[in-house]
Amino acid sequence: MLMSSQTSRENGKPTMNILTKAALIGLVLTTAACTRPDRFGGAGDGAANGAGAFDPNAAANANLGGANDPKSPLYFNQTIGDRVLFAVDTSTLTEQGKQILVGQSGWLQSNPEYLAIIEGHADEVGTREYNIGLGFRRANAVREFLVSQGIPSDRLRVTSYGKERPIEVCSDESCYSKNRRAVTVISIASLS
Amino acid sequence: MLKRLMILMMALVLGGPVLAQSGPLRLTITDGVIEPLPFAVPIFEAENAEAGQVAADISRLVAQDLAGTGLFREIPSSAFISTQASFAQPVAYPDWRAINAQALITGAVFVLGNQITVKFRLYDVFSGAEMGGGLQFVGTVDGWRRMGHKVADAAYSRITGESGYFDSRVVYVAEAGPKDNRQKRLAVMDYDGANLKYLTDSGSIVLAPRFSPSGDRVLYTSFESGFPRINILDVASVGRRQLETAQGEMAFSPRFSKDGSQVIYSLANGGNTDIYRSDLNSGASSRLTEAPSIETAPSFSPDGSQIVFESDRSGSQQLYIMSSGGGEPRRISFGEGRYGTPVWSPRGDLVAFTKQNAGRFHIGVMRTDGSEERLLTASFLDEGPTWSPNGRVLMFIRETQGAGGTSSLYSVDISGRNLKPVPVQGGASDPSWGPLQP
Repeated sequence: MLMSSQTSRENGKPTMNILTKAALIGLVLTTAACTRPDRFGGAGDGAANGAGAFDPNAAANANLGGANDPKSPLYFNQTIGDRVLFAVDTSTLTEQGKQILVGQSGWLQSNPEYLAIIEGHADEVGTREYNIGLGFRRANAVREFLVSQGIPSDRLRVTSYGKERPIEVCSDESCYSKNRRAVTVISIASLS
Repeated sequence: MLKRLMILMMALVLGGPVLAQSGPLRLTITDGVIEPLPFAVPIFEAENAEAGQVAADISRLVAQDLAGTGLFREIPSSAFISTQASFAQPVAYPDWRAINAQALITGAVFVLGNQITVKFRLYDVFSGAEMGGGLQFVGTVDGWRRMGHKVADAAYSRITGESGYFDSRVVYVAEAGPKDNRQKRLAVMDYDGANLKYLTDSGSIVLAPRFSPSGDRVLYTSFESGFPRINILDVASVGRRQLETAQGEMAFSPRFSKDGSQVIYSLANGGNTDIYRSDLNSGASSRLTEAPSIETAPSFSPDGSQIVFESDRSGSQQLYIMSSGGGEPRRISFGEGRYGTPVWSPRGDLVAFTKQNAGRFHIGVMRTDGSEERLLTASFLDEGPTWSPNGRVLMFIRETQGAGGTSSLYSVDISGRNLKPVPVQGGASDPSWGPLQP
């Protein structure tokens, strides 16, 4: 199975997203062995399900393209902006968020070979299940906006990590405001 | 404020000696507080040389289980006048009365190869009589802790009139690493933290395991694919498969029905989250809620006729109860703040929940009509209660604040007393308390 990966810079720390073409084009993924968007998924699980041949760390920084290449996912992440932020317990897009999403939709239109998974996230103040629901709301708000800008819905997929994947670890609003986010993760898997 | 009252019901025993505390030993657990009941556990007799160590270990564990409830207080052996060296020896009641031991537990252990036989008797010291007959348990030397828990369960049950909870296990999420790179894997342990065993590795996020009513299987949410999905895991073989859910693939927050044949869970469709039910045998599924709001954390009533869940349809998270077939729910939470993660008690009378109010998190209980809400804990982040098999104790997650924040398990009596950490090595979250083992 074709694998792809990317990194994005979040507060100076590289994090990783690994996507598969299969996941993006919506094939049924009952054997999770080949797909691991969980950005912290390391070498684990091999014994349990026979997967594990893929090392996400080795794939870091591969295929992202140059930061100055407007067609590269790295340019999307760094220059266009891969994320929008939300107020407490809301999924309403801010004006600033909409501007970023207009940029995202422009990039996606210029680069039709790319797909995107939109990941919704919540801050730690909330219960686990509810925050997963809230993350879906946020991811879906982004998806709907991108679709309204003309991006075909079959190029977009949503998921939610709830409060499981904070990028900032302090317990006050300065961190919470960055964790309440929806991140558009570009896949370099082509549609062909 | 919440209090624990332990009332010793003192009825005169016909023909018994009239003492200040004569009468059958009985601890009625109600609201309010008196003193924990003092008990003594002399070291169990080792019936052969091989049984020496394990006899001592088992008697210590029995005392630890009982004292750990907060309902009983152990009298240290240094205070003993008699030693009760032999199981068969008649009990010297005056010696135990003199040190105010109201309950006396004696036992004997015999080991043959890997087989262990434990006998015990419970005495009501002030009535001068045995409570119930002697009991004998047979198990393996490796499983000696279960023998101790069984003795303690029997003693607890005879004294309180309620079933115990010591011979039970808890499935939970073992955590390691910093907040922004936390590794999570499923683990199972005894209720007291012993006999830890990992059920999955930490290759991907796993959340909120839920024991089946018989303890043979575990439902949990996995992010192995990058999208939340429900897995069902066989505890003995550690084999697992994905739960067949209704249309759509992003499912989370599962729980079993009491007979273990059905699963209720949340399914996300775009930005909307609703509650569904699937039959494990037929694979048939049905949608139980149809609101544009977030409906999640469903939990069956013990008789299976109703489901309590949380919804933010009113504008904030609140608790609702609906028929297990769906239909119009009725809201049961009306206090200040937000309410989530409801769990129906095994007795059916209470719902435990997480409450968020004024910047604090609480574990609380309320009656199923929403009345008599009581908050049992308060901290920066308390979450996700689970009931002991007898419905007397709640275990939950307590997370500490800040960059170095960690997650651990605590338990608290439903009266709000006896709040204490569960001894688990490393970080831990999302406990699910299994049944009393057969």
